Amino acid sequence: MTTPRLDRRQLLATAAAFGLAAPRVARAQAQAVRIGFVAVLTGPQAALGTQLRDGFQQGLRHLDGKLGGRPAEVVVIDDELKPDVAVTKIRAAIERDKVDFVVGVVFSNILQAVFRPVTESNTFLISTNAGPSPFAGRGCHPLFFATSYNNDQVHATMGQVARDEGYKRVFILVPNYQAGRDAVAGFKSRFQGEVVDEVYVPLTQLDFSAELARIAAVRPDALFTFMPGGLGVNLVRQYRQAGLANIPFLSTFTVDEATLPAQGEAALGFLHAAVWAPNLDNEQNRRFVRDFEAQYGYVPATYAAQSYDGAMLLDSAIRKVDGNLADKAALRRALEAADFRSVRGNFRFGPNHYPVQDFWLCRVARRPDGKFQTEAVRKVLENNADPHVGECRMRPA
Amino acid sequence: MSWSLLLVQTLNGLQFGILLFLIAAGLTLVFGVMDFINLAHGVQYMLGAYFGASLAAATGSFWLGLLLALPAALAAGLLLEFLVFRHLYDRDHLAQVLATFGVILFVNQGVKLVWGAAPLHMPIPPLLEGGVEVMPGLQYPIYRLAILAAGLAAALLLWFLVDRTRAGMLVRAGATNPEMVSALGVDIRRLFMLVFGFGAMLAGFAGVMAAPILSVEPGMGDAPLILAFVVIVIGGIGSIRGAFVAALLVGLMDALGRAVVPDLMRLFLAPSSARQAGAAIASMLVYVLMAAVLAFRPAGLFPVRTG
Repeated sequence: MTTPRLDRRQLLATAAAFGLAAPRVARAQAQAVRIGFVAVLTGPQAALGTQLRDGFQQGLRHLDGKLGGRPAEVVVIDDELKPDVAVTKIRAAIERDKVDFVVGVVFSNILQAVFRPVTESNTFLISTNAGPSPFAGRGCHPLFFATSYNNDQVHATMGQVARDEGYKRVFILVPNYQAGRDAVAGFKSRFQGEVVDEVYVPLTQLDFSAELARIAAVRPDALFTFMPGGLGVNLVRQYRQAGLANIPFLSTFTVDEATLPAQGEAALGFLHAAVWAPNLDNEQNRRFVRDFEAQYGYVPATYAAQSYDGAMLLDSAIRKVDGNLADKAALRRALEAADFRSVRGNFRFGPNHYPVQDFWLCRVARRPDGKFQTEAVRKVLENNADPHVGECRMRPA
Repeated sequence: MSWSLLLVQTLNGLQFGILLFLIAAGLTLVFGVMDFINLAHGVQYMLGAYFGASLAAATGSFWLGLLLALPAALAAGLLLEFLVFRHLYDRDHLAQVLATFGVILFVNQGVKLVWGAAPLHMPIPPLLEGGVEVMPGLQYPIYRLAILAAGLAAALLLWFLVDRTRAGMLVRAGATNPEMVSALGVDIRRLFMLVFGFGAMLAGFAGVMAAPILSVEPGMGDAPLILAFVVIVIGGIGSIRGAFVAALLVGLMDALGRAVVPDLMRLFLAPSSARQAGAAIASMLVYVLMAAVLAFRPAGLFPVRTG
């Protein structure tokens, strides 16, 4: 087995990166808080996992490598976007490396696979991206928190935008899998006009010309689409090349800072819904974006921002319990308090441990330095709680 | 559906087919002539796209990028042949599949280390920017027409090389009876290397051409590879002509299927289930075509080996 050795090396490398390996910490006895950080770091979606990891590490850097005053050690785990691999590696992190928290996770299917192994071992699980509906509703759990959002909310935000703008006829284009169908449902939950056509494409689609011809034939008021990762790169460029850019491009997870370097000018002016944008005007956010870019050389996306908030959340909670991680009930209450300043401004947890927060309409813009980023245009939903919170019967602490 | 929409979809199908042909041509030669299953052929396509994108960015010109990417793709192909594939020719197919699959993982990861995980961007050259209005409100990008033209030119060149030159004659002979060619005193290893390098370069060419319209990212060669295998199976393994016809068939089937099937399903299903079922059936069509061809002509449309 080579996996454990790799993990240990990553652990050492990460610890060294924060200067934790050196005996710089005065109270050497102060035991480290151990974090198992899960992200997809190989394969086509690795750009998202890299954002997620770097956001968390930027958080730790701002906290001088400490969480709540105790030194932090991060075991980085590459889930390879394979549920079985993720479960094996996380079991090892919990049993061998004795991590106190499992943090991260880009994709919902990975989160669903690791959810039981983590919570059943009485370990806190903090998702900084994946926000599937089951864990927001009936499946909510005292040990599970999400610093991101519930997927439905983001799609619903775009539905609200289409309604606000008075679009009558909207064309929907999504990949043919569960998240794609959820996107359609989320959008329709707030959109009130006519859906002129719904097209489902395979997840491996490269060329959208057949669909683009269809859009041109129908001439809708707007397009709604959800095309994560490489799918979005292809769609955005081909949409622009086909001369369809005069039809408003409403999207979720399609144009963000993880894909904009490849989409470039083709994405200019395209719309996207999110909980955060690099230009949100608050002090926390300015510092985060500035230092993140100085450190990593690229513009952070929501993945990085949510992970950064994850680090801040952990720091605030561990500080509240004076570093005592043994009392899970107290720690849980401290996490629920979410007593930190989010880069998003408004942030608190609902009873299901999902955030109650604002949702923004963002537009792709070119910055003076030539890089591309999404910029918040207006607040669409304020202090919005996800639609599943009513189904959650959380066990009291 | 209107006639102009049908025309657009046909163009789309042809253009996709041509790209597939460029990938499949090398694959079918390598498989047919050397009896070597090269799963790592998609990697050549990906490397071509990466070379093209980064060289174009470095030189600031698409054309220089394209020109330099071709020898780079050729060199990468020859290097892989020298390091790995050469040692596999005498092994059975299972060993070849395993080893070349390993090469896919290795190179995909290597590309990520060198260029990073985020997709790259390659701009369309100014000369080929813009589009032709083929139906109201829809521009057909000139660049896509250029891909069509470049692919046809490459196909013609290939036909000339294989059908009209001495090296091509040896390749054809090698595909039919390698032992006899070898017995006649032809250095079969060198011939193999030549074929291999050329196939790699063609795939690389397809990669560069595709880079401005598709996302250049690790693993981008995996999906076209599967379709390229479908193409060479339909066309007959080792046959360039078969690969050409089959690639266009697959391209057209894919584009027209995606355009027509969901509408057809709507005739006898509720709209929302028609859309989802239609999408599923459209993506199966290519494989149904393959199964149908294999049922009637097990050796493909243009079988090479007859003994």
